[in-house]
Amino acid sequence: MKNHAFRLYRHYISINVRSAMQYKASFVLTILGQTLATVSTLLSLVFIFRRFPNVKGFTINDVILCCGIVQMQFAAAEMWARGFDRFAETVRKADFDRILLRPRNQILQVLGSQFEISRIGRLIQGILMLVYGFLKAGISWNFMKVLTLVHMLFAGTMLFSGLHMIRASLCFFTLQGLEFMNIFTDGFREHGKYPLSIYGDKFLLVCTFIIPYALTQYYPLLYLLGKRTDWWLAFLPLLALLFLIPCFLLWRIGVRHYQSAGS
Amino acid sequence: MIHLENVVKIYKVARRGTGTKETLRAFFRRDYTEIRALNGLSFDIQDGEIVGLLGPNGAGKSSCIKICTGILYPDSGTVECNGFIPYKDRMRYTREIGVVFGQRTQLFWDVPVGDSYELLKDIYDVPEQKFRENLQELTELLDLQKLLMTPARQLSLGQRMRCELAASLLHDPKILFLDEPTIGLDAVSKLAVRKFVRKINEEKKTTVILTTHDMQDVEALSERVMLIGKGRLILDGTLSDIRREGASLDESLVEFYRDMERDDQESGDAAE
Amino acid sequence: MKKYLSFFRLRLAMGLEYRVAALAGLTTQFFWGFMLIGAYRAFYESNPSAFPMTFQAMVSYIWLQQAFLAFFNTWRYDNDIFSLITDGGISYELARPVDLYRMWYAKNLAMRISEAALRFAPVLLLAVLLPQPFRLGKPASPAHLLLFLCTMTTGLLLMIAFVMILYGLCMRTVSPTGIRLFIPAIAEFLSGQIIPLPFFPEKMRKVLELLPFAGMQNVPLRIYGGDLSGDAMWMSIALQIFWLGVFLVLGKLLFRSTVRRAVVQGG
Repeated sequence: MKNHAFRLYRHYISINVRSAMQYKASFVLTILGQTLATVSTLLSLVFIFRRFPNVKGFTINDVILCCGIVQMQFAAAEMWARGFDRFAETVRKADFDRILLRPRNQILQVLGSQFEISRIGRLIQGILMLVYGFLKAGISWNFMKVLTLVHMLFAGTMLFSGLHMIRASLCFFTLQGLEFMNIFTDGFREHGKYPLSIYGDKFLLVCTFIIPYALTQYYPLLYLLGKRTDWWLAFLPLLALLFLIPCFLLWRIGVRHYQSAGS
Repeated sequence: MIHLENVVKIYKVARRGTGTKETLRAFFRRDYTEIRALNGLSFDIQDGEIVGLLGPNGAGKSSCIKICTGILYPDSGTVECNGFIPYKDRMRYTREIGVVFGQRTQLFWDVPVGDSYELLKDIYDVPEQKFRENLQELTELLDLQKLLMTPARQLSLGQRMRCELAASLLHDPKILFLDEPTIGLDAVSKLAVRKFVRKINEEKKTTVILTTHDMQDVEALSERVMLIGKGRLILDGTLSDIRREGASLDESLVEFYRDMERDDQESGDAAE
Repeated sequence: MKKYLSFFRLRLAMGLEYRVAALAGLTTQFFWGFMLIGAYRAFYESNPSAFPMTFQAMVSYIWLQQAFLAFFNTWRYDNDIFSLITDGGISYELARPVDLYRMWYAKNLAMRISEAALRFAPVLLLAVLLPQPFRLGKPASPAHLLLFLCTMTTGLLLMIAFVMILYGLCMRTVSPTGIRLFIPAIAEFLSGQIIPLPFFPEKMRKVLELLPFAGMQNVPLRIYGGDLSGDAMWMSIALQIFWLGVFLVLGKLLFRSTVRRAVVQGG
């Protein structure tokens, strides 16, 4: 059964990618557009760090590394959880009916309904920033650091996906005003380019215990940069996966509400 | 077999006045209006039947279909289809039904229709051998040969509807729900759809439940007609029960609705 | 002129309908402002003397930018207009007895004003009540406040004149997507939306201040806190008005030649 689910998901992706390839021009332009956005972020960092060589102990190389990781987390989530991100449209067009009519897990179907391959542009830029940051920040590589990085990328992607899922769950109740959820997705992509500690202790606390961004960004980053050496920091990102539990529950409540109230 | 007993479905609609004061008030306390979409609906449908569901807009046809297919659950009453409770046994039940919404598509817009079918094969876990057989049969019956390689977005409405029908039958469903399957189609396509539905019903003994506003659909397809009004079953019979002397089917139906309204008002008056 | 006014009013009323969206928008903008100031504070604390503006002027810059984002946003377009352009409905518009340029100008102006109208007051109110160093400060002087309001108005008119040129260019090209994606991104960066112009390297800043983009938000936002004052300020205001004139004329010409071409070709 598990195997079947995986095969079905691959099949969904393949159809989505083939669909996107029908519009090559728009695909290429979207990727170039994302490049431009990243370039302006990067330029602004370069300009600011010309004046301030370091902020709260972080240099521009540290920040570029951090920014690259967050960009990758965000892009990967937008790529594979696009079905949740665009869920308002699914509800508006009553396409969720079709999902309920099929003998498959609903979450799998929503994830499969969209796969935004054009986000690969942002993903690649994230990788470039990551590589640049690593080379410049002079990190000595070892297995634990690679593991930390993998945990950060995985957990961060899941965290963003969970936030998309919350937004999608809210669509079952209202389609108005959901833009405020952008604070948590676009907001963290934008402001999470700096290690979260620069915003102060209270903010760091919120990002540790309420929406655990810091578990996938700040703390393991310290370990990567060699500023702290506690081994458990490498595994801390996995704790952020707990955030998916409330997301999942909210989704369940949303589906029940839909089935009782109609569209 | 489909069995509905005393099914009630109530929608709560938030009522909101206009103007700033009302909006502010609504912010704190919401008033709901209850709409009884289904108000004690009961009927039985045997295997292999073709049933036409008729009724004016807003009568509860689409709520009825949504409850029978497991999309919605009822507020009270019993629903049982082929031994399943649709909204509870969704995963198993939906393998046995096919649904076509005339106004919406289940095909992927930008890839060839055949690719969508391949995906449906995986969704419903249809064995390869069975899938090939079904696809070949449906291709012949619906004349899909040329369409399989075409992206759905390039199909005409009539072509698309033929593809939709095939899509919902690839997994050999025992029940087929058709929600306004001929809406917007030209005469040729309408005839093709009707002929096909008849054939499937005769050969595979598929139960067909059909909603439509087109009286000719009903005339061509179903012996049995169920008329729904205000969430209840008003008539369960044949077209001859509706047809009146010297009037077309459409006119007869309008007459019927009018009588229904009047009866309703009289009984309402009597109650007061 | 009357019909453009009524068009303006209609669009304004439509925009004001979206109260919930406005609430969501102002929450976002408030959060954005808060985070931006948080980051700049960290930089300021690391080396106050390297900060190119006073911190207070910076805070004012950010709050006003967030409160009036609807005026400064280079990405804000009328999607109806874009779909008209892409699906060919534009030929009907061209056939109507109205001046397309004026009609769309009015439409975009109303759209932005209605969006700002619902959002600016709550953002500013919250910003005034915040503790230091997040609090929005007073304007440098009453004269600066007055000039801020004037230049923001000019800036808004300039922004829309700019957007009109984009619409005009989109009508002339086969693939408007490219224009739609790239020019706003460049304008956003050059106008000081991502980082204020004083944070740019000195030479670059001097050039940017001469460009039309500087007039869109850089001028009003820096006048409020007194960062732009004296001769430099008057120079910027003159440039802003100059560019507004240039953009209006350019847009008009672009529209006129497009309309003429459409008429000749029969749509």
